[in-house]
Amino acid sequence: MKPAIEIRNLGKQYKLATAEPYLALREMITGSVKKIWQGHKKSTEQFWALQDINLDILPGERLGIIGRNGAGKSTLLKIISRITPPTTGHATIRGRVGSLLEVGTGFHPELTGWENIYLNGSILGLKRAEITRQLDAIIDFSGVEKFINTPLKHYSSGMQLRLAFSVAAHLEPEILLIDEVLAVGDMEFQKKCLGKMEEVSKKDGRTILFVSHHLNSIMKLCTKAIWIDQGKLQFTGPVNETIGQYTRSVQSGSSDSVYTRDGATDDSFFLSTEILNPRIYIGEDLAVRVLFTEKYRKRRLVININIVDEFDQLVSHIINEDDGFSTENLQRNSLSVTLKSLNLVPGKYFLSFWAGLDMLHTLDKIEKAVAFEISDQHTFTKRIAPFPGTAKTIIQSVWQGG
Amino acid sequence: METKIHPPSGFSLGLKELWQYRELFFFFTWRDIKVKYKQTSLGILWALLQPLGMMLIFTFIFSKTWKIDTSPVQYPVFVLAGLICWNLFNASVSHAGESMIKNANIINKIYFPRLVIPCSSMLVALFDFLVGLFIFIVFCIIYKQPIHWTAIGYFPAGILVVFLAAFGAGTFLAALNVKYRDFRYTIPFLLQFLFFASQVIYPLQLVQQTWLKYVLAINPVNAAIELFRQPLHNTAPDMTIIIPGIGSALLIAVIGLYYFRKTEAYFADLA
Repeated sequence: MKPAIEIRNLGKQYKLATAEPYLALREMITGSVKKIWQGHKKSTEQFWALQDINLDILPGERLGIIGRNGAGKSTLLKIISRITPPTTGHATIRGRVGSLLEVGTGFHPELTGWENIYLNGSILGLKRAEITRQLDAIIDFSGVEKFINTPLKHYSSGMQLRLAFSVAAHLEPEILLIDEVLAVGDMEFQKKCLGKMEEVSKKDGRTILFVSHHLNSIMKLCTKAIWIDQGKLQFTGPVNETIGQYTRSVQSGSSDSVYTRDGATDDSFFLSTEILNPRIYIGEDLAVRVLFTEKYRKRRLVININIVDEFDQLVSHIINEDDGFSTENLQRNSLSVTLKSLNLVPGKYFLSFWAGLDMLHTLDKIEKAVAFEISDQHTFTKRIAPFPGTAKTIIQSVWQGG
Repeated sequence: METKIHPPSGFSLGLKELWQYRELFFFFTWRDIKVKYKQTSLGILWALLQPLGMMLIFTFIFSKTWKIDTSPVQYPVFVLAGLICWNLFNASVSHAGESMIKNANIINKIYFPRLVIPCSSMLVALFDFLVGLFIFIVFCIIYKQPIHWTAIGYFPAGILVVFLAAFGAGTFLAALNVKYRDFRYTIPFLLQFLFFASQVIYPLQLVQQTWLKYVLAINPVNAAIELFRQPLHNTAPDMTIIIPGIGSALLIAVIGLYYFRKTEAYFADLA
């Protein structure tokens, strides 16, 4: 059986010449005048978003793509969906491709619901006859039939998403590319869409490429997974194995609540850091102790604690000056820090520590020194459904009728 | 169906693929027309009033004050014929030139032959043109202006020349706009300049200096208007205007299309 997607030595290079992704004509003109004047060429920085990707995806396979932010997952999907060309290598796609890098692409607020179904469907590659054939099913699935002749601008954002998902769920290409789109919108409806996609793909043997941060969704939908890191393929294998490899790597930071500096030199600031209560419930305080080198006791310093989640995403940036606290003239070479009411979604987190003479000059730092876990007690929030992939904080809400 | 993906190389028109996406082309055009007339409360009335108002102003200034001789055609009919051709060109170029940036969010998320976008936005201008044509015919009746039967050939020929030139300029500007974002600010200025170099409010035959007349004949809009006005006076059209104009329209179309196709692969990286 020939693979549905065959990828050979695929690479994508971006040039980071200017701060803005596009060029300004005036810069080109003044730039070239300067060039003539100074007689040298401005060097452009190059950056490989993807490198040496080799991959075969068989028809009917459902492939999950995981990796950190900026690892090149989306770039890979963009190349396969022909939005952007590769710099090196080539790929062969056998079958009609439907790409879903966003839901509701091309939705126009002035057009009505059903007009948008036609427009969006057509943009996603459906033929007009196919949309007409599925129109009732799409409207029915979305649950917005009452408003189908109302301009989209009068829809709530939830309704817009439902309509967008409904069109997407009725795509019937042989190869479907999905990027992170399931990370938004309400959980129940997402599940319905995921279920529908799963059903169709299992029945018709559709090939799916699925990028997500939400490892659970990947686990549920996919048979195989690849892990991309810094533009390179790190691991290919059955979904469980790849996710295992990936989570082991992102958790390579300490899972301890105590960190003691080995081989501290005279210049290192941090000697040890510790979380006194490494298991908390949502909304509770976290108590942190820091022991530092004696010679800095009388110095005015900036001390920063970062909360980082499992996927290396910065959740919060905290410094001593937030509290107006000065490190000058401390009695002892230790600090006690209380991080108040951590309204973060349940999961594992790390603390990274940083110290500097000011915000710019680093004195010392320890990445992911200590770890803690937040679990759900069902007092702060009573929700049972999991939190969508990119949600980080929980805002306590009070609901009442009227 | 098998698709090959590789780094951009060579050049092709991609007509076959364009044909496959004809429905999307239709939907984009349909969206643009629908949205345009939904957003303005005056709707189609606006498309009627715009050329009408311009015609009144020009008639007042140039036939009453400065007395430009356009016989045997009366000035209001003369200027209206020029205006609707010019408006078609003007709107086509500016819509097409802005189109890629306006649709950047779609370009970033989905693949289709990019040429669909500037082409469909040009068709919106054609819709306005048809409204303008209606006014033109009404005014021909009011002023008892005969339209010779040669119009069957000359009108479409004029429109075709406008479209050819606008297609070239529009695709070229659309591609430039993606790459050099501040280029868009020069478009109104360029069009303004071109308006005065077009025989909308004056006949090109009135230009005294022969060399200047030849320079102006390079402007394809002049050829288009010349073709469009022929059925009004029904004398032999001025080939010294038409031939250079058609030549430059073709050249502009080729350059625009070539540049667009050459750069379109990178639109998503820049937009």
